[in-house]
Amino acid sequence: MPSIAKPVAKHPSLQRNKLDLTIRDYEGAMSTLCAGCGHDSITAAIVKALWKMSIEPHRIAKLSGIGCSSKTPTYFVNGAHGFNSAHGRMPSIAAGASAANRDLVYIGVSGDGDSLSIGLGQLCHAIRRNVKMVYVIENNGVYGLTKGQFSASTDIGSTSKKGDPNRMPPIDPVTMALSIGATFVARSFSGDKDQLVPVLEAAVAHRGFALIDVISPCVTFNDHKGSTKSYLASRQSMVRPIETDFVPPAEEILAQIGTNGVTSVTMHDGSVLRFTAVPKDYDPTDRGKVSAYLRERAAAGEVVTGLLYVDESQPDMHEMSQTVATPLVNVPYSKLCPGSGALSKLLDQFR
Amino acid sequence: MIAQGKYTESYLLNRKSNVFPGILGRTCDRPCEPACRRTRVEEKPVAICRLKRVAADLKGEYKQFLPTAPETKNGKRVALIGAGPASLTVANDLMPLGYSVTLFEKQDKPGGLMRSNIPSFRLPESVLQEECDDILEMGVDVRYNSPVTSMRDLLGQGYDAVFVGTGAPRGKDLDIPGRHDTDRIHIGIDWLESVAFGHIDKIGEKVLIIGVGNTAMDCCRTSRRLGGNDIKVMARRPRAYFKASPWELEDAEEEQVEIVINHAPKRFVIEDGRLVGMEFERLEWDAKARNSRVLETVILPCEDVILAIGQENAFPWIEREIGIEFDKWDMPKVDETTFESTRPGVFFGGDSAFGPKNIIWAVEHGHQAAISIHNHCMGVPVTSRPPQGLNIVSQKMGLSEWSYHNDYNPSKRQKMVHVDLTERFQKLNIEVELGFDPEQTAREVQRCLNCDIQTVFTAKRCIECDACIDICPVQCLTITRNGGEEDLRGRLSAPAINLTQALYVSDALPQTSRIMAKDEDVCVHCGLCAERCPTAAWDMQKSDVLIPFAGISVCTNSYATV
Repeated sequence: MPSIAKPVAKHPSLQRNKLDLTIRDYEGAMSTLCAGCGHDSITAAIVKALWKMSIEPHRIAKLSGIGCSSKTPTYFVNGAHGFNSAHGRMPSIAAGASAANRDLVYIGVSGDGDSLSIGLGQLCHAIRRNVKMVYVIENNGVYGLTKGQFSASTDIGSTSKKGDPNRMPPIDPVTMALSIGATFVARSFSGDKDQLVPVLEAAVAHRGFALIDVISPCVTFNDHKGSTKSYLASRQSMVRPIETDFVPPAEEILAQIGTNGVTSVTMHDGSVLRFTAVPKDYDPTDRGKVSAYLRERAAAGEVVTGLLYVDESQPDMHEMSQTVATPLVNVPYSKLCPGSGALSKLLDQFR
Repeated sequence: MIAQGKYTESYLLNRKSNVFPGILGRTCDRPCEPACRRTRVEEKPVAICRLKRVAADLKGEYKQFLPTAPETKNGKRVALIGAGPASLTVANDLMPLGYSVTLFEKQDKPGGLMRSNIPSFRLPESVLQEECDDILEMGVDVRYNSPVTSMRDLLGQGYDAVFVGTGAPRGKDLDIPGRHDTDRIHIGIDWLESVAFGHIDKIGEKVLIIGVGNTAMDCCRTSRRLGGNDIKVMARRPRAYFKASPWELEDAEEEQVEIVINHAPKRFVIEDGRLVGMEFERLEWDAKARNSRVLETVILPCEDVILAIGQENAFPWIEREIGIEFDKWDMPKVDETTFESTRPGVFFGGDSAFGPKNIIWAVEHGHQAAISIHNHCMGVPVTSRPPQGLNIVSQKMGLSEWSYHNDYNPSKRQKMVHVDLTERFQKLNIEVELGFDPEQTAREVQRCLNCDIQTVFTAKRCIECDACIDICPVQCLTITRNGGEEDLRGRLSAPAINLTQALYVSDALPQTSRIMAKDEDVCVHCGLCAERCPTAAWDMQKSDVLIPFAGISVCTNSYATV
């Protein structure tokens, strides 16, 4: 942990976003994670994405559970709301918060322990409800906070720091999410901000639950030879078959189109996701084909990254529940709770 | 060391190269401050000059730590001409080596220009005398009231080497109508000298100063103290083209001196043999102040005029056929590295070498000339210069512990407190600047961005985790694919806009063969990159530049504290 505060000195050519804020205005407290932790890079990517999108800090809510990953909301956007929940229970808190105020941008940060062990059920139901939020799994394949035990995402054969191999099969959040109907599924790597930042922007623009599984090496307990989630192994096994551009409404971006062609998906708010260099026959809106492609590549020992699947047609939690368009916090109390007379009338209907 | 209150140690360290910390801490032209990197993150540089004064003012007993001359001399005799900063520096460097040094001075006190041209309200006489004495007390044979009138005669006295440090003693004149019809027109540097030595103690109420350099500032402020109360400094060109240091202009204006721009002198107005005014052409300049046109002529009343339009060298006492060649501007031909003239064994330094510069340059000339003189006397070619050295040592002491102060202090430059206007004019020698108090000193020192602490990168250790890039407060780090410099400058975390600052580009990184690029431009040396680096690929290392002096090579030139 650094002993000094981050200097307030700024680069003289520091840019400002539409809110006249610099990227430094989206920073949080100094990180207390180990030096070199992948999580800090993800934090930096979140800072950059939120700054680029000019989201007002006070319109952001940061949520997390327990674990190294769950400490990180402290390290970005000081001016945002935050809730650090019980272990694995962040999805319910997020669903509840979203129910009460559908206008905020919800950024949930979790880890492989928080999401794939104790909180797996919670995660599945948040996906099922299609709660509009960004859900980042900072996946390092190890329980770092408790000193390096295998987690539910440790690959078969990956070794602990002392050299013991893991024998249990991992839960892959990406294929799991696809199989239960997630509407936005992506995977990235903490060391690849060129990819992670646009994926985060797309996730913020998505109308429902956006899952991003981010490989995030644990520099202290899982960055050794024999680990499949070290910096080196992640770089070696990662493939990036899809380049993703996030194109906000009314902003033209000229990008080079790869030899394999381009696929565009229009988001709910009018922004466009543009997939370039897509493999032949790859359709990021076809759940079956994406699943098959991922299984095929996994069998070949590759970890596919990028925004893999997106479906903008599905209703989110509020649409399914037919709630009012106004966030409930803004509905007058007299209307929200019309009193015992109204309740009696309602109950009478069931007699 | 200043931050730690080790004033004596900092004074002695500073003295090695600077020789006159107390004097220069008050009067320096500060060529260092425009180079200060603090100006890259905010407006004003660290008050380097004033901090040297703090060390000089607050130092404790220090005389016992000064260099001393050995009792046994080395048998070599050196003559120095003029007791200004250049000659005194030569004496300072040569005395400890056993030289017998004879110093010729036309006045009856040492200091040269530092005494005659810098008014005592800027530089107290006691400070000047103390630092001159520190050198002279090593046993320099000083001959006061002894102007050298013939170089030929001096060379005939068998000195092993002669150093000329006579400055640029002749103030430029302004030969326009009326110049020679009154005795109330003064040459700036001569007038200041007369004031310094007590020959002049008053001036008229209305005074015009012609010229707008630092000498003009000294003249107007001195006039203010000798009876002048309507003082105008007359400049030909707009303010952006003034030669005076900005802070000296500020100090003059604080004393209600009026600075008048765009006025070119035309003639002196004499009535009944008495100076009553001066006529000027009021000018209008084009955008870059190259061409002007005359708008009108105006007459400004005055009782005295002081000319401060520059100074020149003058060597009427050096015979032209004794092997010392002069160029077409009647300046001696002097080697810019060795400071030797065309006659072996005769050296020049300070303003007398290349024309008017400033005190700190004179000191540097003195150091270099001393090396040459030592070489010359020891039979080594003067062109054989001792090498500079550089020590680089890691400052890491432990987890989050560094042996330098890395916390960035956002304080603004501390303001120098001045004596009240009413009080300061009561006597000529009331020092205007009070110096920094301890709190101001502590804040000002912490503004330093530790340029001596380098970020040193070892590419083979890097695992490309991006921790350093993410933490850097000024976005000076980037990991990217290599490319040409122009291409690379545009692809960094923040554009590298200062083209005079070279980019650091590492060897190829082990995992992806990309490179680490660093734009040093606005690095504040906070060390967070090194602190967040899990593999110690980044390290903060102190670079100690080792400067050789005459007879002291960098190997023995320890900067260790006393």
